[in-house]
Amino acid sequence: MAEITLDNVAHSYIANPKNETDYALRLIDNIWKDGGAYALLGPSGCGKTTLLNIISGLLTPSKGRVLFDGKDVTGLPPEKRNIAQVFQFPVLYDTMSVYDNLAFPLKNRGFNKIDIEKRVLEVAEILDLTDSLNKKAARLSADAKQKISLGRGLVRSDVAAILFDEPLTVIDPHLKWQLRCKLKQVHEQLKLTLLYVTHDQVEALTFADHVIVMYEGGIVQIGSPQELFENPSHKFVGYFIGSPGMNFLPCTLGGSHAMVGDIKIKLNDETAALGAAAKGKIELGIRPLYLQIHDTQVEGSLPAIVKSIEDHGNYKIVTVILGDNNILRARLPEGKHTPSEKAWLKFSKNWIRLFSNDILLKN
Amino acid sequence: MDKWKDNKAWFFVLPVFILVAFSAIIPLMTVVNYSLQDIFGPGQRVFVGIEWFEEVLSDKRLHAALGKQLIFSGLVLLIEMPLGVFIALMMPKKGIAASVSLVLVALPLLIPWNVIGTIWIIFTRPDIGLFGAAINGMGIAFDHTSSPIQAWITLMLMEVWHWTPLVVLLAYAGLRAIPEAYFQAAKIDGASTWATFWYIQLPKMRGVLTIALLLRFMDSFLIYAEPFVLTGGGPGNTTTFLSIYLVKVAVGQFDLGPAAAFSLVYFLIILLFCWLFYQVLQNVGKGEKA
Repeated sequence: MAEITLDNVAHSYIANPKNETDYALRLIDNIWKDGGAYALLGPSGCGKTTLLNIISGLLTPSKGRVLFDGKDVTGLPPEKRNIAQVFQFPVLYDTMSVYDNLAFPLKNRGFNKIDIEKRVLEVAEILDLTDSLNKKAARLSADAKQKISLGRGLVRSDVAAILFDEPLTVIDPHLKWQLRCKLKQVHEQLKLTLLYVTHDQVEALTFADHVIVMYEGGIVQIGSPQELFENPSHKFVGYFIGSPGMNFLPCTLGGSHAMVGDIKIKLNDETAALGAAAKGKIELGIRPLYLQIHDTQVEGSLPAIVKSIEDHGNYKIVTVILGDNNILRARLPEGKHTPSEKAWLKFSKNWIRLFSNDILLKN
Repeated sequence: MDKWKDNKAWFFVLPVFILVAFSAIIPLMTVVNYSLQDIFGPGQRVFVGIEWFEEVLSDKRLHAALGKQLIFSGLVLLIEMPLGVFIALMMPKKGIAASVSLVLVALPLLIPWNVIGTIWIIFTRPDIGLFGAAINGMGIAFDHTSSPIQAWITLMLMEVWHWTPLVVLLAYAGLRAIPEAYFQAAKIDGASTWATFWYIQLPKMRGVLTIALLLRFMDSFLIYAEPFVLTGGGPGNTTTFLSIYLVKVAVGQFDLGPAAAFSLVYFLIILLFCWLFYQVLQNVGKGEKA
């Protein structure tokens, strides 16, 4: 197990990068704790796979250093770094049995037969593969194959970190959940440093203690799932996390109110104080969950026009237009009366966040 | 109504039926027809049953030709398959170098077969040929027209030069189709180059190598033009392979009945071997361990 330090790492696939846009990965300076479960979350092309390959050693960064437990490993190839990786699709040695697949990394490192057997049986037990040890690996289902790929990492007791590159992409939806639980269980049992790359927020939020949100080659926020949801530090995080994402309204500030056009939205004292000190382009953000929607006027509510309603089973997403073309989405819990044409919106003032030039205003 | 729909379907299949009938079934049946008759001339024929088959199957010269054919095909496969895979492994993976080497490797495949024979006749001539003269210049007497062993060596060289590229191209395509993640995983698992080849590259090439093996077996078993041009089956009968002997019987002696019976036996042998190879390759390494 190891603590991973990224010391001013940046990477460009171009030989002589000239400006920032040439970098697939902009400057990253970070320390990831030993035994943590980290998720790298971001849209396709945000640099998360590049970062993963830099940590695994498949790529050498153009700038900066990678340290495992304080030891510089920047120039070391993958096999010297003691990392394991689970790929997007199951990577197996088709002609070998499950047992031989699991034993392969140990055999290559010259362990003796007795140690190998002991370790393989242990890992097979953890992953529920004991019954299939003698089967050909190629004959198993996709989720069992992914478990074998994971097992090849777990057999090495000296493994520093296990990296996952969207490992659930090819797994059937009903098995995804099972495999994710297994991963969590393995993490709790073995206290490994895990790094999980995904573009699926549900996977990231359920798997990790720390979610690292990436956007255009940089890290925009590292936090617990709750922090990302409640206090997205960048507009992108607010928009990317949550389904649907955060609502944003361009506004101006006046005392204890935010003005969206000529509509007044009340802020709490703390938010108002933050807003008073802010400069630049101000936007108001609120999660659909905290945007109450009523079919009759209640105190402090604002009139809006209902545009569409999507039924998601146990809740509905109502799209409304507030004032001059401000489109907002609100989450309407099951059982509540659905407004049909006209609705009244109420902003929960404690959940209103202000953003200045896309960045969250905070103390 | 349903009936009419069914009949319409036959309509669409009909062109294929006609095509296959004229290209394969009718010619084959003609050969079957010949093989059962003794033909003296146009309109003069006698039904002889399986007499020709009996004669062909007990023909000593045919046995000898079959033996030589099997040794030839066996050697061809033994040399060309590993050599082709080896060259494919050595070839550059991408960029201009990959395209250039692919074209260079494929060149021998573009030359007409009888021209190949002619090229090698000139190439190995002891007096003016680059190869023949060079070997003779080194003090080794080389003349494939008089020495059976040297005739075989020349034939093998020509065959390997001509057809290994096909194996290379197929193996190369198979190698390029292996996802990069396999090599990354092998690196992480600390696999040696040999282990990577044995456990990843070779199993992943199974499909293309099966095709390569079948094609190379069939082609080498049917080889005609190149030895016909280079050695004409000689010296003596030492390079008289099945097809050369077959043409001697059919065209040289105009024994149409025996030649037809011979052709059918020849065809069945190839079919049998291809089926065997296919079965073995499909099942190798797939058996369940108890």
